[in-house]
Amino acid sequence: MTGRVAICDSALEAVAGIADGATVLVGGFGSAGQPVELVEALLEGGASELTIVSNNAGGGDHGLAALIRDGRVRKVICSYPRQSDSWHFDAAYRAGAIELELVPQGTLAERIRAAGAGIGAFFTPTGFGTPLGEGKETRMIDGRGYLLEYPLTGDVALIAAHRADELGNLVYRKTARNFGPIMAAAAARTIVQADEIVPVGALDPEHVVTPCLYVDRVVRVDRNLAVSGDRL
Amino acid sequence: MSTLTGIDRDALARVVAADIPPGSFVNLGIGLPTRISNHLPPDSGVMLHTENGMLGMGREARGKAIDPDLVNAGKVPVTELPGASYFHHADSFAMMRGGHLDICVLGAYQVSAAGDLANWHTGQPGDIPAVGGAMDLAIGARQTFVMMTLLTRDGRPKLVPECTYPLTGLACVSRVYTDLAVFLVEPGRVVVRDLFGTDFGTLATLVRVPLVDGTLRAAS
Repeated sequence: MTGRVAICDSALEAVAGIADGATVLVGGFGSAGQPVELVEALLEGGASELTIVSNNAGGGDHGLAALIRDGRVRKVICSYPRQSDSWHFDAAYRAGAIELELVPQGTLAERIRAAGAGIGAFFTPTGFGTPLGEGKETRMIDGRGYLLEYPLTGDVALIAAHRADELGNLVYRKTARNFGPIMAAAAARTIVQADEIVPVGALDPEHVVTPCLYVDRVVRVDRNLAVSGDRL
Repeated sequence: MSTLTGIDRDALARVVAADIPPGSFVNLGIGLPTRISNHLPPDSGVMLHTENGMLGMGREARGKAIDPDLVNAGKVPVTELPGASYFHHADSFAMMRGGHLDICVLGAYQVSAAGDLANWHTGQPGDIPAVGGAMDLAIGARQTFVMMTLLTRDGRPKLVPECTYPLTGLACVSRVYTDLAVFLVEPGRVVVRDLFGTDFGTLATLVRVPLVDGTLRAAS
């Protein structure tokens, strides 16, 4: 049984065609679920002037941190750039070499979800009356203040799953799931690195978290690049 | 400089833990409030939520139990308890923003008399801002508690008439647990429920917020 998904032989092949200036959604919360090998392949592939949408702005020296170190990122849209080991982002930010759009974590997730669900905008109370709500359209609903927030789409999503089947159905592992399912739906093209690729039928349909229609390319990857979270 | 000595962090964590009803769904943020989990009775049935996508979080993982795919909101490796569940970020924050969690306990730079919270950014030039889930947590849970020292290192109270630090959320804090006192933030007033190593008069001169004495001693 074959589907639309392409099973790639290498991470480099999987990220081929990502253009300069692309908006790339990158999964992960710190190191958990970060598609480090795909991001490193993106670095090797040479794309630049990227806008990165991710919860963090990289830690240590691999993955997102390496992409920022090498000056490939024009703008980061994230909730929590500052970590004990975010030295590459910190240096780029202080040098004025990178733009930062800071978004509350739940708003970031909901904006990504909205993009995948075809929602034009939504009102949320998060951030109302704070500096992050300044300049945004507001509305009082039942006596409570809300901010209008818009969807966040991507040209490409890079995500890490635990298992993929040969159609591109995905399951994740523990808290590494984080942004994977919503980013897969929010990008024009979704590229997945998986610990394992299994035959069609090997995943229990009741347990599939991301159905295959969201997935375009899959590559099996041995996770061996060390990325640090604050404490890992 | 104040020479007051209140209770230590673990004693304070015990005070907060004792106020969490059995069976509650609770988020403990990052940093100081995570100590509360060490003082919840094992049979309390309290389930801990971590906003990166888990309900039923166990203790911090050590040694061979460390799994890079299993971390808490502070990116510290943790364990899972029987009955735990995992979910993606939008679901996790819908749980928070939709008011499904009973209690959230956060740290703070400042809390105002109206329950405004400032805990995400010092606003200092050169300080890189990072908000994470702070704004969602502040306004999402049914009750938001703050756990902090009452005074800064240079002796200034962090319970203030109005926050001078950038705000995290408006009128969202209902209780403030500190080393010197527990404050109930009620509409139009702040009530002192407990005192630790000080008396009401001393506290009332220390804090520039008008206080109501609600301690048992005042009631008797």
